[in-house]
Amino acid sequence: MRLELKNIHKYFGSLHANDDISLTVESGTIYGLLGENGAGKSTLMKVLSGFIHREGGEILLDGKSVEFKSPAEAIRAGVGMLHQDPLDLPPLRVLDNFLLGREDGFLQDRSKALADLKKYSAQFGFDIAPDALVSALTVGERQQLEIMRLLSLGAKILIFDEPTTGISLPQKIKLFETLRLLAKQGMTVIFVTHKLEDAQDLCGKVTVLRLGKVTGEVTRPFTTDQLVKLMFGQSLAASQRETIALGEPVLELRDLCVADFRLRVPNINLQVRAAEVIGLAGIEGSGQRLFLRACAGLDRPAGGELWINGAKINRQAYHRFLDSGIVYLPAGRLEEGLVPGLNLTEHLILAKRSKEFFVNWNLAQTQAQERIKEYSIRGAPESRVEALSGGNQQRALLALLQPNLKLILLEHPTRGLDIESTMWVWRQLLERRRRGTAIVFASADLDEIFEYSDRILVFSGGRVAKALNAKETSVTQLGELIGGKGL
Amino acid sequence: MTKNFWTNLVWGVGPIILGLILTTLALVAVGANPLQAYQSMWNGAFGNTAKFGDLILVWVPLLLASVGLLITFTAGLWNIGIEGQIVMGAIFTAWAARAFDFPSIILIPLLFLAGMLGGALWALLAGVLKTYGKVHEIFGGLGLNFIATAVTLYLIIGPWKLPGIASTSGTESFRPAAWLPTLPGLSVGPIEITVALVSLVLVYFALRGTLWGLKLKAIGKNTRSAFWIGVPTTRYMLGAFALCGVFAGMAGTVQAIGVWHRLIPSISGGYGYLGILVVLLSGFQALGVPFVAFFFSAVSKGSVALPLDLNIDSSLGGVLQGIIVLLVVLSQGVRARWQRASAAARVDSTILAAPVTRAAEE
Amino acid sequence: MDTHLLLITLASILADSAPLVFAVIGETIGEKAGVTNLSLDGSILLSAMVGFAVAYTTNNLYLAFLAAMLVGALVAALIAFSSIVLRLDQIAVGFVLTLLCTDLSTFFGNPFVRQPGPSVPHLAIPILENIPIIGALFFDHNVVVYLSFVAILAAWWWIYKTQPGLKLQGIGERPAAAFARGTNVNLQRFLYTIVGGSLVGMAGASYSLFVKLGWSYHATSGLGWIALSIVIFGGWNPIRGAIGAYIFGGLQSFGDFAQSIFPSVPTQVFQTAPFAFMIIALLLVSNDAIDRFFSGSPVSRKIWQSLRGTPPGALSTTFEQE
Repeated sequence: MRLELKNIHKYFGSLHANDDISLTVESGTIYGLLGENGAGKSTLMKVLSGFIHREGGEILLDGKSVEFKSPAEAIRAGVGMLHQDPLDLPPLRVLDNFLLGREDGFLQDRSKALADLKKYSAQFGFDIAPDALVSALTVGERQQLEIMRLLSLGAKILIFDEPTTGISLPQKIKLFETLRLLAKQGMTVIFVTHKLEDAQDLCGKVTVLRLGKVTGEVTRPFTTDQLVKLMFGQSLAASQRETIALGEPVLELRDLCVADFRLRVPNINLQVRAAEVIGLAGIEGSGQRLFLRACAGLDRPAGGELWINGAKINRQAYHRFLDSGIVYLPAGRLEEGLVPGLNLTEHLILAKRSKEFFVNWNLAQTQAQERIKEYSIRGAPESRVEALSGGNQQRALLALLQPNLKLILLEHPTRGLDIESTMWVWRQLLERRRRGTAIVFASADLDEIFEYSDRILVFSGGRVAKALNAKETSVTQLGELIGGKGL
Repeated sequence: MTKNFWTNLVWGVGPIILGLILTTLALVAVGANPLQAYQSMWNGAFGNTAKFGDLILVWVPLLLASVGLLITFTAGLWNIGIEGQIVMGAIFTAWAARAFDFPSIILIPLLFLAGMLGGALWALLAGVLKTYGKVHEIFGGLGLNFIATAVTLYLIIGPWKLPGIASTSGTESFRPAAWLPTLPGLSVGPIEITVALVSLVLVYFALRGTLWGLKLKAIGKNTRSAFWIGVPTTRYMLGAFALCGVFAGMAGTVQAIGVWHRLIPSISGGYGYLGILVVLLSGFQALGVPFVAFFFSAVSKGSVALPLDLNIDSSLGGVLQGIIVLLVVLSQGVRARWQRASAAARVDSTILAAPVTRAAEE
Repeated sequence: MDTHLLLITLASILADSAPLVFAVIGETIGEKAGVTNLSLDGSILLSAMVGFAVAYTTNNLYLAFLAAMLVGALVAALIAFSSIVLRLDQIAVGFVLTLLCTDLSTFFGNPFVRQPGPSVPHLAIPILENIPIIGALFFDHNVVVYLSFVAILAAWWWIYKTQPGLKLQGIGERPAAAFARGTNVNLQRFLYTIVGGSLVGMAGASYSLFVKLGWSYHATSGLGWIALSIVIFGGWNPIRGAIGAYIFGGLQSFGDFAQSIFPSVPTQVFQTAPFAFMIIALLLVSNDAIDRFFSGSPVSRKIWQSLRGTPPGALSTTFEQE
């Protein structure tokens, strides 16, 4: 199915998220939509798949103008979208997810659905148990389920929004294989990404978006440099790694075990020294979060020993960890970090953890003003945090940290940030590191892990590999470990 | 007068007038004369000085309960168990009043302390169920309300029964030294009025100007984030419960030694639940509480006269209060929706706004 | 106790639990769709009053039940409207409605207090009633009790066995995903809340027209709260909710029985027992310590996971399309 978008416009308040975007995609091809976070790619794809309404422009399928009021209408016309976080129902079973949305009458036709599921599984070589709970699947498997579901509903145009985030290397290889197969079967595949090499590996034609506008269109063969220029407006200088002498151990784990309802990761041994950067790699949900929260004192570990600054910790409260200079920066900025409804001044007062009884509002206001300037947050002392952009929220979180910390634990420190904020965040972190702060961070982005880590800790299938020296590790090696090989 | 002023006035007064109209219809529906009914209520509340004194005696415990609820609502907690906390305050007060034979000047402060302790302990129980047991405070609190009422009944017909007869009308009157002194010719006295007003002022400033108030606010808006920032959330929630219980307990004390001078089965007067309505109607703002509480006291007090004067059920007062709060809450929703539609503006995230899930999740 | 007496006791537990069963099923359906109707205690009371009042004045039981269901549906519709259209907090609106409905029932119920009125006639089902044990347990009641059985099975079948039921689970768990699959989330939520509400109305009428005949002030007070907590205890599953309701009914009749044996124990102890039981039951299903206890071995973890219900993911939130 041939797709044409003509002069699409979309506004969010005053933000012009899609500014006069036109593009054409031929059937049987893999088409890349490249751009950094906030470039307007997802917005455009949500317009195309009926999730949001556009403010201007035209969508043509095989030359015919179409109008989608909902995703269901889009899928009926043959356009299906796979979201970055698969839009499925984790508490339900695989087959229920597959069934839901099929217009197959009143009673559930489970046997027919099962047959369909088996047919598609065989076709693509997927292996998912129909009665498994979706919450127990990996992101890669959930993508596979969504692919089969959309195909069974008659999708001819498949949109993949950042599908390589959060899946393992073997799953990525499998995904690319599937995408090529889909294109060979005559499907139109739209691949949305901010990763240059993924676009380069896969796509025949790439359109680059920047700040809501099309900056260029390239067809094979193209070079990375071409794409970079279109994406950022300039070539990026490769970052310089600084070698810093490591200090005393700040955190030591001996046979630490972290666990929750679903997952148990035993036998974690690690020593983190001052000024060291350790990256946690692995498929999302392999225990990185549990690990970080246990190290920060937010959750009690299920077993083993935790030593901080050379002293063993026995069931200590979270505020003791804060006192000893250990903090955790969560990924859910508005869910578990900032307090929506409170302004920046109020946050800074709370974060000071002072013992005073009355609040000196005038002083607090002045201090907040200074901090906002220092951290270049686009906002005022009385701005509520939910009104800030993602990048500014992350800046606000960093602004809440005390100056002399021993260890910062971060979960997806740059997820969803644009390139400018991403670089700013790392500049901040590396500056602290220069003053001796150790950094442990989890990321789904392998490039980020390689770029900043001294050592890498791989989480996979309830196990943790021995920490690897980042300089001596190859991407392939890491990919295999993440996929569970050699652990 | 700006246009803004008039819009606010219409949105503020409109629901109340509509509530009065609906209540009038209800009166017509049961065949009563609305004018007579309202007149009877007015006379019941403001008819003479003595009645006005009675009205203030309703206002005091209602205000105390509402002040307590301001604290728990700030922390994002639905302390429905306040009803039981008032009851426990009254029970502890009654126990102390029966046990100690001191002169008034020592006894009355002691009775207040006993009431505060009773309310705080009962509230802490709901708090512990919430924080450690993960039982939602609405269910924990409600269960405890029923249990507290049962304890009262048990005491009245059991250990503390009137000599000779086991009746549910109440215990023996306390000794006069335990009674709150009254102003000449009135049922209300200076002590309880002072206590209520001081409580209001204290809580107003504590919530506004102190770090403690800010921390409670943070917990109320997002408990997880507040904990992350370093607020000991469990301790503060328990504290909020206990403190609310302290004020509720004082309300119980006033009920026991200022109003009834004994323990009766329905000692709470329903002021706990009514207090929740008061705070909702005040928009969770301390400044509005005394006035709303006064209005509600007048309605409650006035409606007591209805069955005697006109053979109309006194629950009319509750109907009027409930309808007004419902309409005010709904009108806030309508207004917010209206503003959203016109300016695409974000609604203020108050406790009244529900969390939203969006079709296109980011 | 001989078997005959035991059978009669069990049958009467099944019958007397009918109001609670209706309320639990109704609330379960609404919460499955993501809407909490907290007004239960008030709306049961109001519908019990209205049901009795209509039966008393018209002598028509059909009309009486219809009117009661209408009351329950109207209250539920108000909650759905304020939540879906106005995006107000469901707890706040529900609580205000609890108090308002209670006072309305007292105000309008005044003329009907302790009046004798009609009741639902007994109707044993021919042939089936003669099946040993089962007949006496299940087929020797009145229509309302049969309907309560039907409600349980129908709700379970609808939610777990039909295509619309799958959508119902979807809109409560993750409305965005249900929307992506072509469901009109807010319309469906509206409808299910109203259906749930009319079952709640049914609970009220079956109380005043059958379980405890007649109307008196605050007659059903507490029943709604018990029902709300049983929904949690039952893990948002109609069958487990119904079992919870029956266990509760059993405990209550055991209480009555115990009271007749121990007359020295004050009645308040037994009157309070349901609420103490409610707190303990909620403690059992919501406590982390028990999670940790069961997570020791994989087998016990699995069993506990299947027993422990999780609330619908989007419970008490509102949904909007951008």
